[in-house]
Amino acid sequence: MSSVRVLAGTRKGAFILTSDGQRKDWKVSGPHFTGWEIYHLKGSPADPNRIYASQCSGWFGQQVQRSDDGGETWNPVSAQFTYDGVPGTHQWYDGTPHPWEFKRVWHLEPSLTEPDTVYAGAEDAALFKSTDGGQNWTELSGLRTNATAPGWQPGAGGMCLHTIILDPTNSERIVIAISAAGAFRTDDGGKSWKPINKGLNSKFLPDPTAEVGHCVHHIAMNQKTPKTLFMQKHWDVMRSDDAGDNWTEVSGNLPTDFGFVIDVHTHEPETVYVVPIKSDSEHFPLDGKLQVFRSKSGGNEWEPLTKGLPQQDCYVNVLRDAMSVDALQDSKGDCGIYFGTTGGQIYCSPDAGNSWNAITEHLPPVLSIEVQTLA
Amino acid sequence: MSRIRVELPAPLLRHAKITSGHEIALEIEAPVTLRRVLDALEEAYPTLRGCVRDQNTNERRAFIRFFACNEDLSHESVDAPLPEEIVNGREPLIILGAIAGG
Repeated sequence: MSSVRVLAGTRKGAFILTSDGQRKDWKVSGPHFTGWEIYHLKGSPADPNRIYASQCSGWFGQQVQRSDDGGETWNPVSAQFTYDGVPGTHQWYDGTPHPWEFKRVWHLEPSLTEPDTVYAGAEDAALFKSTDGGQNWTELSGLRTNATAPGWQPGAGGMCLHTIILDPTNSERIVIAISAAGAFRTDDGGKSWKPINKGLNSKFLPDPTAEVGHCVHHIAMNQKTPKTLFMQKHWDVMRSDDAGDNWTEVSGNLPTDFGFVIDVHTHEPETVYVVPIKSDSEHFPLDGKLQVFRSKSGGNEWEPLTKGLPQQDCYVNVLRDAMSVDALQDSKGDCGIYFGTTGGQIYCSPDAGNSWNAITEHLPPVLSIEVQTLA
Repeated sequence: MSRIRVELPAPLLRHAKITSGHEIALEIEAPVTLRRVLDALEEAYPTLRGCVRDQNTNERRAFIRFFACNEDLSHESVDAPLPEEIVNGREPLIILGAIAGG
């Protein structure tokens, strides 16, 4: 029987939550790496027992952990992230040049086919790659040396490369996103990159439709339709049907189009999920009601999903990497949807969002959620 | 060769899977300096690379402090000789995380 394994990164450690295909009864293990910030954990699609974790601390810096047994045991691998050549400068918050400085890894993206190959998205923004299971890291410096890079600025959370999307039909194509530079794509395995922000409109920029400078919060893709991308921008929910070359707004009837997470149903490429957040100065749901919004039409028409979610006095946030979907499929074709909150709750919907259950409610603030579907 | 006692903060003890207490011992050749102690620490426990010193610059991480014999050595030269009480093992070199949020 199939089962699921939820990998949760939190402000004070990692937790691993497991259940059978019913997703009713859960076993919670952890905290792993107690006291450390775990920005992200993710398992290899090619070997589910191989899991990578980004572990960091304001005191003790960056570490990367690797498990080869599904999270039972862990061993540190290399965390030496060295920018290629002389790093140069980007813009600081006040517009002055600021040297590139490595701070932490926000996101780890294992290869779709090779368990030893994994990408790391860093702050200050850069993409690193390991082909030996994390023992050595090499920067794909064509991104950071893009002609637009000296003009990139950090968002409020730092200048982080937080989203890495690998194209299952084209191993040379990678889409990444940086706050607050925007989205970028390579079609040659990371050698060269181009901004893909045409159609984005950000009023906080002097030129709202500038080539770079957009605060992209997250991008999601369904593996079956790799040219279609969905984006939660600082404000605005967007979609592209040409791998990011052009974007159109699909916020439609959302009560607010600010938010962080976005994800796509595993089996229905036009079914999309967001969690609207009131505003950039009020990082909590509207009216104290935690609502996931679902569109079954690829955007524009959205419905609130509330069954099982708190509908009063709820003032948590759902951060950009804290939503995921499983690959299970029930008789109705539904998959499971999961998200974690800054209040330490992790919710699961085994029926594609129609109803929700709290798997656990009292963890440290949740930074990331990934789900593995196990045979 | 001197046997130097080094006290580590609890998160680093856990991270390096050191279960024998809050101190470790390192054999250091004279002259005993902070740089030599840190080099030996990272040699003995490779997983601590980057935790005390930045891996790229080799500089002390901002919220790490070095105390010895009731003195803060954090801003001293890493090539200065350590106090005799550290060299002869009567006192430990204390590596600790500064009080800063949490």
